[in-house]
Amino acid sequence: MAWFSKGRAEVDAAAKRTLGRGVFRKCTECAVTLRAEEFTANLEVCPECGAHFRLSAEAWAELLLDPGSFEERDASLRPVDPLHFVDSRAYSERLVTTRKKSGVPDALLAGDGAIEGRKTQLAVFLFRFMGGSMGSVVGEKLTRTFERGVELGQPVILLSASGGARMQEGALSLMQMAKTVAALGRLRDAGQPFVSVLLHPTTGGVAASFALLGDVNIAEPRALIGFAGPRVIEQTIREQLPEGFQRAEFLLEHGMVDMIVARHQMRSRIARILDHLLG
Amino acid sequence: MAHLDFERPLVELEQRIGELEALAEGEGLAMDGQLADLRARAVELRQDLYQGLSIWQKVQLSRHPDRPYFNDYLERIFEDFVELHGDRLYRDDPSIVAGFARLDGETVAVIGQQKGRTTRQKVMRNFGMAHPEGYRKAMRVMELADRYRRPIFTFIDTPGAYPGIGAEERGQAEAIGRSLLVMSQLGVPVVATVLGEGGSGGALALGVANRVLMFEFSTYSVITPEGCASILWRDGARGAEAAAQLGLLSSKARELEIVDRVLPEPLGGAQRDAQAAADILGAALREELRELSKLDAAALREHRYARFRRLGRFLEA
Ligand SMILES: [Zn+2]
Repeated sequence: MAWFSKGRAEVDAAAKRTLGRGVFRKCTECAVTLRAEEFTANLEVCPECGAHFRLSAEAWAELLLDPGSFEERDASLRPVDPLHFVDSRAYSERLVTTRKKSGVPDALLAGDGAIEGRKTQLAVFLFRFMGGSMGSVVGEKLTRTFERGVELGQPVILLSASGGARMQEGALSLMQMAKTVAALGRLRDAGQPFVSVLLHPTTGGVAASFALLGDVNIAEPRALIGFAGPRVIEQTIREQLPEGFQRAEFLLEHGMVDMIVARHQMRSRIARILDHLLG
Repeated sequence: MAHLDFERPLVELEQRIGELEALAEGEGLAMDGQLADLRARAVELRQDLYQGLSIWQKVQLSRHPDRPYFNDYLERIFEDFVELHGDRLYRDDPSIVAGFARLDGETVAVIGQQKGRTTRQKVMRNFGMAHPEGYRKAMRVMELADRYRRPIFTFIDTPGAYPGIGAEERGQAEAIGRSLLVMSQLGVPVVATVLGEGGSGGALALGVANRVLMFEFSTYSVITPEGCASILWRDGARGAEAAAQLGLLSSKARELEIVDRVLPEPLGGAQRDAQAAADILGAALREELRELSKLDAAALREHRYARFRRLGRFLEA
């Protein structure tokens, strides 16, 4: 599968610097400068301070699933522009350029796979496609993922990284929240687990639908998770937000997630949870 | 009577008519001819004004300070209302009102987002913006209704769920998501009506119904126009431009099958005749309930699933 090799890491171009020979990267958290390969080889986790930087959806699938087990589903779904939405650019145009730039047609990667030998449904948000926003394509693919879990009798693992519902598709995006959660209800009725992994960031309509309804909710260290974005809250209450507000550690403390799991342990932790729930 | 800027010519004309009427009655003056002229002009002006409303003017009507709120419909349509308070976890949230009432003698659950009219009420109701405990109270009453096989009517009128520190600490996102789940699994008829503002996830949290109705001048939107403008152009004052893009009016919601039925409003909007608007809503709710009552619990769940399952627009190669 060719796409595994490309787009593995999504590195902010500004953080990348060519110093003499080879490409170097500076950690934005601890300011250490290392060869870029050292970040890549360490799953985009800073080898010095442990800060987690964004890992692509494709790399997540590779990290979590048994080698060669992933088979993408519903790859032929394409977004449309039902409202003829225009801001600085037409949405229809934005879809074309974003697709070219990101190499994917919309913001969710979904398919069959196996984790430590157990067949499972996996879906991962593609944050690089319009901030992982959820429109009709994301909603439909995720709904089908839950429905396949019911049909095939398999658990669903979802990794969310999204700013929320996609404005450019209007209230149809909003309706995806209800559609996906209703499908999740059927998975629950079928007795199949839903493991929800919340990556940085998970906010808005994605947080306020399925993402916090996991049988087990797992967050990545320092991930921003919440209903409203910090800027909106600050504008509303006209106060500065406390340090660490809406971060994974804050959610753990307030009882909203079961655990914070570092990237290197994610695969084995999910497998153990499924073992506990399914035997 | 409060009014919006674009209504001013009409309001002024109506005031003059009122003054002349008082004068004619008080002084016994014969002004029939003059009054008839003015009244005819008012009718014409009303037609012109409200037939050619812009998208933004319609958005303003959905938030009109005199627009009937949930309690205005509750007292006109239902009888014997018993309010239930609290989520049993944290507190009672007055921005959502829930309880049981009678519709033509039959007990039903009614749950609505409540805005305030006076400044004091507005603060008490938090401008119709619920905290997690509001949604958790709503869920509690829905589950109670489900257990006692009572139909559920929900009423949506909110700019959105409240974005604040406490709301986040207590799991606003989880509460909204949970409400979507609970509603999708109810085994009783559920009818939702958008009364005024249907503001994003905070509105949808009461909107997972078998039938979704919407008043003509109400809105249903993924984000407020002001919020959209502040994201797109970093300028919340450009709400009118954002509103034109968002497709948030009832006509568009019907076209996209987001709502099943649009309820016409009295000329100029529900605030011009709350009783007429309540009669229209009451009749519609009775019709919807009559149809849904033919379905058993499993069929109602299936019906609701199918209703939302088909929503969305995409291509598949
Ligand atoms: Zn570092």
